[in-house]
Amino acid sequence: MHAFDYAAASTVRGALDLAGPGSAFLAGGTTLVDLMKLDVLTPDRVIDVNALPLKGIRLHDGALRIGALERMSDVAAHPVVRSVHPVISKALLLSASGQVRNMASIGGNLMQRTRCDYFRDVTSACNKRRPGSGCPALTGVNRNHAVLGTSDSCVATHASDVAVAFVALDAQVVLRSKDGDRVAPLEEFYRLPGSTPDRENVLGPGELIAEVVVPVLPWARHSTYLKIRDRQSYEFALTSVAAAVDVKRGVVQDVRLAAGGVAAKPWRLRAVEEALKGGVAIERTFAEAAESAVDGARPLAHNAFKTALLKRTIVRALLDAAGAR
Amino acid sequence: MTTSRRQFFGQAAAVSAGVALSAPAVEALAAEPAPAGLVDVVFEVNGERQKLRLDPRVTLLDALREQLGLVGTKKGCDRGQCGACTVHVDDRRVLSCLTLTATLQGKEVTTIEGIADGDDLHPVQRAFIDHDGFQCGFCTSGQIMSAVKVVEEREVRTDDQIREAMSGNICRCGAYPNILEAIKQAKAGDR
Repeated sequence: MHAFDYAAASTVRGALDLAGPGSAFLAGGTTLVDLMKLDVLTPDRVIDVNALPLKGIRLHDGALRIGALERMSDVAAHPVVRSVHPVISKALLLSASGQVRNMASIGGNLMQRTRCDYFRDVTSACNKRRPGSGCPALTGVNRNHAVLGTSDSCVATHASDVAVAFVALDAQVVLRSKDGDRVAPLEEFYRLPGSTPDRENVLGPGELIAEVVVPVLPWARHSTYLKIRDRQSYEFALTSVAAAVDVKRGVVQDVRLAAGGVAAKPWRLRAVEEALKGGVAIERTFAEAAESAVDGARPLAHNAFKTALLKRTIVRALLDAAGAR
Repeated sequence: MTTSRRQFFGQAAAVSAGVALSAPAVEALAAEPAPAGLVDVVFEVNGERQKLRLDPRVTLLDALREQLGLVGTKKGCDRGQCGACTVHVDDRRVLSCLTLTATLQGKEVTTIEGIADGDDLHPVQRAFIDHDGFQCGFCTSGQIMSAVKVVEEREVRTDDQIREAMSGNICRCGAYPNILEAIKQAKAGDR
């Protein structure tokens, strides 16, 4: 691990004042400390933000508001989260392990880095870690990589589960800097890799995620998160789907769908949503609609199975969500 | 004079370590501000107040083992993937290998050395012995520290729920069936 200056901030202002080029904010540390040990991240200043008042889980003004420093386990167990947006709780509980969920913050979860092995190995080229050095995953071992939203520079997936649920629910993030607050839809907070995969989000230097705001959607109580992976627990997704569906008299009135494990960022499935609306809520409708999920997919040598798996994951998630009433 | 394996390695390391990452825990040192590059941390370990001056890179796992002599907590992967280093911080199970000691100001840490009541083993320790919940024993401290919290979780009841709750603790010997039985015994006693 490279040497760094450590500073604990007690106020948001203090944390923002300490931030600068080459600094990193430390919350749970489950990504940052891991990647610092691997020399993938080498900040020269680490700002401990754990004492900042970015906490609290509450319903306010028609939205569920989650402080960025709330821990994954606390959000998952919170009665309001579980009753208003169970898909958030489910996505969190299918993430990582009990220990990691006790440590990792919600803001940090959204900022976690890809699990691409080439990104995590500093002896390897990686356009995300060392811009312009190349992407070995394009022709190397790419079974776990993305098929949607990729570019010739990067085919890494985004690793968060709860971000998939948030994107399905039109969540926004409150970003705080010395200039004040701004709000961004989480879906647009993440950038596609294009030719600059090192720029993963719209966060400016010295800007912090302060809060996640999730609009309340009464029918989204009927929601689920389905995660398919190589082992049943403590593993990242091959494919995952967050689904909420409103069925009345057997007909789909409204639906929200997003996918994980398959794309460069949490992937909203709008074409599938549109295809489902007004359809009869049966498996055949779901399967037909799911076809458009993989429009524009670019499978690689080892991950072509993900296109079929994604479609089946969508169908199962929809069946679960529709039956959850 | 006999020298234990640990003492031998300890002495050898002291001789070979030209550049130590950590400075000693000396009360007097902390009377003045830490020199550049080092941080002072005061926290509790197993009910005892500890004052350390250390490089901010030092993880809780390394501080426990190298500075406080609490070697019951094991270093498996050192990357947050195996659970061997599980301890409790403020009564929650966490991974000490991904916890920077510098962040623990004022916190309470409990390690495997701190859960027995004198000579009376913790019920989860007792259950692991009763059910032979280990083979080589390397993951056992982490398994037990995790299990102590899983036993307290009322929502974790079925075998599958216990396995899921314990999935952050890897056992390469494959003692899982016995670990599961041990946890079920401890849960039954906890009711």
